[in-house]
Amino acid sequence: MANLVMFIILAVVILGSAVLCVTTKRIMRAATFLLFVLFGVAGIYFLLDYTFLGAAQVSVYAGGVTMIYVFAIQLVSKRTLQGFEERVKSSKMIAGGLAALAGLVVVCLILLKAGFYTQEIANVEVPMKEIGMALVGSGKYQYVLPFEFISVFLLACIIGGLVVARKEEKDV
Amino acid sequence: MIPVECYFVLSALLFFIGVYGFVTRRNLIAMLISVELVLNAVDINFAAINRLLYPNGNEGMFMTLFVIGVAAAESAVAIAIIINVYRQFKSDSVDAIQNMKR
Repeated sequence: MANLVMFIILAVVILGSAVLCVTTKRIMRAATFLLFVLFGVAGIYFLLDYTFLGAAQVSVYAGGVTMIYVFAIQLVSKRTLQGFEERVKSSKMIAGGLAALAGLVVVCLILLKAGFYTQEIANVEVPMKEIGMALVGSGKYQYVLPFEFISVFLLACIIGGLVVARKEEKDV
Repeated sequence: MIPVECYFVLSALLFFIGVYGFVTRRNLIAMLISVELVLNAVDINFAAINRLLYPNGNEGMFMTLFVIGVAAAESAVAIAIIINVYRQFKSDSVDAIQNMKR
């Protein structure tokens, strides 16, 4: 029962912040509402007893990615910070709303018709040792290859970001 | 106990709110924020399916973990590109970009 109440609170926070995030005119407010959505999703992970996942969500997403967004907004959108309002054509808004609604109806019908059997979960979190062993082990159900791939990928992204964003010395 | 359908409906709603934002917004950063909403919806699905339908394995949890890592890298590169676009075109709207190279 307590879980259900928590889930409803988190769902309301997530969906309300998400709607405000995509409809607000100011970009900085959109980033702030994104932060609330990310915290709500972290709460969902805690509710599912994925403590490590929730901590990773808070530290990587809410701590890192949102900070990148705030810096990018400060660097890029000077007009949007000074109350410049992004205008959205109402025809485009209706088209987008209809497309999203159609997709939502299709997905919900498919998912609700499929008839999943929810298992009763014992409220135990995945032990940290198991997560660590699975991340760097090379056996069955262990994930050293994607782990290493992600680290190389992150390195490539750092280098790519530096190359893309660096200032050209000579103007062409 | 919360049935898994609740999580599915929540993540479907979040996903299509993100799709709506991606279609309607014309600001590059706002579009990127919408993409983050979509990625989080997918993450909720992975975690909920893993926990409530297949509680003996951990595949969904690790998938979510890797998606978080990839999303962080993706947004960093995208922000670098957006800053470069702003430097070139003096605008952060998609309508301002006519050619890839001036």
